[in-house]
Amino acid sequence: MNKSAAHRTIDGIWRIESPRIIAGLARRVRDVGLAEDLAQDALIIALERWPESGIPDNPGAWLMTTAKRRAIDHLRRSKVRDQKYAELGWEIERQYEPDWDEAIDDPVGDDLLRLMFTTCHPVLSAEARVALTLRLLGGLTTKEIASAFLVPEPTVAQRIVRAKRTLAAAHVPFEMPPRAELPARLSSVLEVIYLMFNEGYAASSGGSWIRPMLCGEALRLGRILAEIAPAEPEVHGLVALMEIQSSRFKARIDKKGEPILLMDQNRALWDHLLIRRGLSAIERAERLGRAFGPYLIQASIAACHARARTASETDWVRISALYDALSQIAPSPVVELNRAVALSMAFGPEVGLEVIDAIGQEPSLKNYHLLPSVRGDLLMKLGRTQEAGIEFKHAAALTCNEKEREFLLRRAADCAID
Amino acid sequence: MRFMMIVKATQDSEAGVMPSQELFDAMARYNEELARAGVLVAAEGLHPSSSAIRISYPEPGGKPAVLDGPFTEAKELIAGFTLIEVKSREEAIQWAMRMPDPHGLGEGEIELRQVFEAPELTQDPEALAKEIEMRASVTRKPGRE
Repeated sequence: MNKSAAHRTIDGIWRIESPRIIAGLARRVRDVGLAEDLAQDALIIALERWPESGIPDNPGAWLMTTAKRRAIDHLRRSKVRDQKYAELGWEIERQYEPDWDEAIDDPVGDDLLRLMFTTCHPVLSAEARVALTLRLLGGLTTKEIASAFLVPEPTVAQRIVRAKRTLAAAHVPFEMPPRAELPARLSSVLEVIYLMFNEGYAASSGGSWIRPMLCGEALRLGRILAEIAPAEPEVHGLVALMEIQSSRFKARIDKKGEPILLMDQNRALWDHLLIRRGLSAIERAERLGRAFGPYLIQASIAACHARARTASETDWVRISALYDALSQIAPSPVVELNRAVALSMAFGPEVGLEVIDAIGQEPSLKNYHLLPSVRGDLLMKLGRTQEAGIEFKHAAALTCNEKEREFLLRRAADCAID
Repeated sequence: MRFMMIVKATQDSEAGVMPSQELFDAMARYNEELARAGVLVAAEGLHPSSSAIRISYPEPGGKPAVLDGPFTEAKELIAGFTLIEVKSREEAIQWAMRMPDPHGLGEGEIELRQVFEAPELTQDPEALAKEIEMRASVTRKPGRE
């Protein structure tokens, strides 16, 4: 095996093994930053040795054993240092001595779950949580993360270093959150995953509509979470939402890279396997018999579209009802905007326009391009093309996505023709 | 990217002989591991070809010929498949290597095939890296290098 082929193979192995190794080590050394450094040490040794010696039969166990040895060395060194400090009469905290004999196995995924709770800890900023999660749970390199977010590599590297430091400084323990904190902590994890997905799904800047790598990572993390935290309906709700949204990838863009609206998509291009997965995730959530949270409601809305064989079969009345429910438990101007669209489809454009005009003065929507875009759409349906054209132009001026701007300007031009 | 791990048929699978409990357990464990890693998309086993039908077109433009199973040449048939979603070809290979020998008896064979995807979905890290480079060179101010 030549060196670069060996490195690619090791990369594949790392992707599979690293989250488990880091999670297992973190439980031992109680510091995710240190755990990742130790795991990286083991990776470097593998990269040096394996191209010569060949890949071991059980590469995961090899990496774990090597990382464990590094950890023991590290703890011994700090113990010696602590003893020296003690001789000098300095007060030190007693060093935690892990029980290395206990199997590092994590059959129920508790370590992974702890790791997710840690990398998504609320002491970290949203972007730090996303970067750290991709790095520690996705096994992505800083270079890959930088590519996905279209930012320079040093920016991501710094973000990760700072995040680890923040966790250490805040003495964030590597354990399951106490019961009382669990709902808030879980929603922080879900938020990170959905943020990641959305960044990929509707790239808010740049010329590309979908950044597939981030969507793939988010979906993978969601699917992992659904396996290790199966009793949480919102986890399945989020997974369902992502599965169903992902099912539309192939149908979302035409050959020229222009966006195709949901109602105009070729449904034969939808990925029916992902739709089926999404629908069964919703069923899994429903079987838990608890109240619907925001993700499950959004997934149920997505499912209404997924179930309709043609756009005209869409159950807009049900979608309107689901948006009503969503605006009760998670009210936001954006939800209102979507509710307006659903109502207009179910009961006519003037009903939707009423809701839109009620939120039109909302300061948080002042620069939100979808508000004039939707308003323009409804006005057009009502035959008020001149007003519609003004709205589309306004929307075009607000969007940051070049493709979307072209699209809106075309719609504005169409209004002028009428 | 998505890969299909295709398990080839053997004399046993074609004869409808169920796998041993040991193999059954090993496969269940393996599938669980795939699910826990978030890479499992679908896994299905197929009935033997004795209940299959084959539709062929011996004459271009002519009527199809319908042939009832069973079909010979077990190695050309498949007994099941597992779809996985992974980051790289190498990751797919690593997962495929971990699948238990599907039949033992020296006949086990797994074939790994990549699934076609929309061009947008194959946008690889290299292409993205180029995009970043391009952006950086656009935003870089002249005379500061």
